[in-house]
Amino acid sequence: MPVWTWTGLKAGKAATRWPQRGPDGQEGVLGMPRWDPAACRSDCNTCAAACPTGAITVANGTAVVDYGRCIVCQRCVEDCPEGAMTSSYDWAFGVRRREDLIWTAALDGPEGQQVGKRVARSLRRSLHIRHVDAGSCNGCESEISALDNPFYNLHRLGIFFTPSPRFADLLMVTGPVTAPMREPLLATWEAMPEPRLVLATGTCAVSGAPMDGGYAGGHGLNELLPVDVWLPGCPPNPAALIHALLLLLERMPQQVQGGHYGAG
Amino acid sequence: MSAAMTYNDCERRQISAAELTAVATDCIAAGMRFQMAWHDWEEGVCVVRYLISQGNRVPFLLLELRTDETLPSLAAVVPLLGWYEREMQDLGGLHFTGHPEPYPLVIHEGFSLPRPALGREGPEGHLSGAYAPPTMPEVRGDQVQDLYWGPIRADVVETGEFHFSYIGEAILHYHPRLFFKHRGMEARFAGQRAEAAVFLAERVSGVGSVGHALAYCQAVESAWSIEVPARAQLLRVILAELERLYNHFHYFGLLAKTTTLKVGSATGFLLEERVKQVAAQLTGSRFLRSLLTVGGLRRDLQAEHLASVLENIIDEGEAYLTRLHQTASHLDRLMGTGILSKEAAFDQGATGPVARASGLDRDLRRDHPYAAYSHLRFNVPVREKGDAMARSEVRADSLREAIALLMQASGRLKAGPVRAEYTVPQGQQEGLGWTETPRGSLYYSVRIRDGRLERVKIKSPSFSNWRVFPLTVHGTNMMDYAINEASFGLTIAGCDR
Repeated sequence: MPVWTWTGLKAGKAATRWPQRGPDGQEGVLGMPRWDPAACRSDCNTCAAACPTGAITVANGTAVVDYGRCIVCQRCVEDCPEGAMTSSYDWAFGVRRREDLIWTAALDGPEGQQVGKRVARSLRRSLHIRHVDAGSCNGCESEISALDNPFYNLHRLGIFFTPSPRFADLLMVTGPVTAPMREPLLATWEAMPEPRLVLATGTCAVSGAPMDGGYAGGHGLNELLPVDVWLPGCPPNPAALIHALLLLLERMPQQVQGGHYGAG
Repeated sequence: MSAAMTYNDCERRQISAAELTAVATDCIAAGMRFQMAWHDWEEGVCVVRYLISQGNRVPFLLLELRTDETLPSLAAVVPLLGWYEREMQDLGGLHFTGHPEPYPLVIHEGFSLPRPALGREGPEGHLSGAYAPPTMPEVRGDQVQDLYWGPIRADVVETGEFHFSYIGEAILHYHPRLFFKHRGMEARFAGQRAEAAVFLAERVSGVGSVGHALAYCQAVESAWSIEVPARAQLLRVILAELERLYNHFHYFGLLAKTTTLKVGSATGFLLEERVKQVAAQLTGSRFLRSLLTVGGLRRDLQAEHLASVLENIIDEGEAYLTRLHQTASHLDRLMGTGILSKEAAFDQGATGPVARASGLDRDLRRDHPYAAYSHLRFNVPVREKGDAMARSEVRADSLREAIALLMQASGRLKAGPVRAEYTVPQGQQEGLGWTETPRGSLYYSVRIRDGRLERVKIKSPSFSNWRVFPLTVHGTNMMDYAINEASFGLTIAGCDR
């Protein structure tokens, strides 16, 4: 028997069965910091000053937290004198509405999540993805290509990457959308058949942070394409990507609502 | 703390534009090697700097040229400088007379900025324009076909446009057009507080987060004369070698994929995944981010038991490398593929495993030691043939050396602080930092005034190796292209910045 076939068979299955059961592979991976406004001091500006991407800003004495700009650097956690920002393992941050990434005190009930267009039944167990790198640091590509490694084995979920936008149901975009990538990205979108979906992958694609504001960085997919799921993370880990894909296919529930994790 | 640090580990020499070509010719004749060139502005005067390696464990030579914005091109004398000059032309608004290929590089044909991004007056406005074909040598003849492949290509890959002129299987000419992903990273540093900008360095090239952050931190630490504690220096080695480990496993996964060795490919990617999972358990980040800081590490790591954590990965990794090396169908595709001669590697500035596979015995960890590398024992693998086989052999040995370094460094950890105390000095300081990343040499040059960055120059290894790569493609065939590209182990984000 050829040696590779033999070693492959001998090694057995490496794939996790997550999310049904088994490990998600993300033990120890830090996610978005949790905010406890009750512990916050109103005259304090420390976290906003520490945040390198403007994910935390202070307006009229209250902090505004936008997880769509968070790059998970943990600086706010380190600097907060009151312990109002704490490290967490909250990385499954895919949401259908961009607003759900911004922390709000008053949640508007679960129906708020249902505004996304219903995904056709036929797509739910067979999805083909066209990925476009619109100026990423390659961190997102590293994690997206990890989806095809034996541990995550994306095929088991009926999800595949395709070279041609003609065969694609979903456009998966990384990076802030640099100027030379704007046209090729839109051309890819135009080439896709209806119904077509868009996943803004990683903080860059969600908001442009931390690459926006310069002469060459873009502002992500906002006002550029109709996004179906927004997934911040720098980069989002493979399990977060799987969660976002299954959220899109209505096979997993949304975890985040109004910036609250576990409220979905 | 000394009052004003200027470029550390450098012998500085002021030269005039008139003597530039002669000095460069002398340096080359003396066997010195140009590492990078960049421009800066000092009170409105243009300064162009050339960093040159004079040999192992001796200071770098730093040529400084105060000039107006027009100066002679060195590309004909030192070919590797061709790209640096074109970058200064695109971003700084400089002009190099007599450049053999004076075409745009970083800012594409069809795109423009109201003012040069790193020009005399600083950036203004936003890059805009529309696609225009690249400037290319004309290839004409019967049966010649032109293929523009990209910028969006098959599979999950980075963005780049590759142009082939070919007849049947034979490639006549190949031209990679990169910099679609140019994000203006060097300009993004300007104005940031130097101790807070590590997050940007970590995001220049995601799979090189540690290498970039470390080179950046070392540049600032040199500028500010900060001594990093011993424990932090060892932990920095551990982070850097873990990064090398997952990158090299990825390399073999990708290489096996291009030779259609399916199980070999899956095994490489699985080992990469397992190293990333270990990285996350150790540091909270699969890319080992958010740890390095100016002065050491942001927090301590419990890395003493790394040997037992990595045990299975090490055993399976060794068996995997051995099996690859015994697979004739895999090796057949590597032998004689994409040959890079030693001369071309030197002249065009190849770096890392690519340079070492062509007989250039260079490794910054040994030649200009940083972190704790001078206290650790390791070999620098070198091969002479310069083909894909040699490149993969160098990577395999380099992977083994990374494991040896991880074992040594974790075994030598002693309790102690991981972060130096310092005060941010006023006035102007300059510093250089470097690392030997999995892909080769990476340099950061920083200039800081009153605690804020004014100019940061990044020389990434892929910027060097993308310049070299086309030389191994011209005159070869289409079937070998993907294998050859994988054997170089390039990233585009680091090159484009």
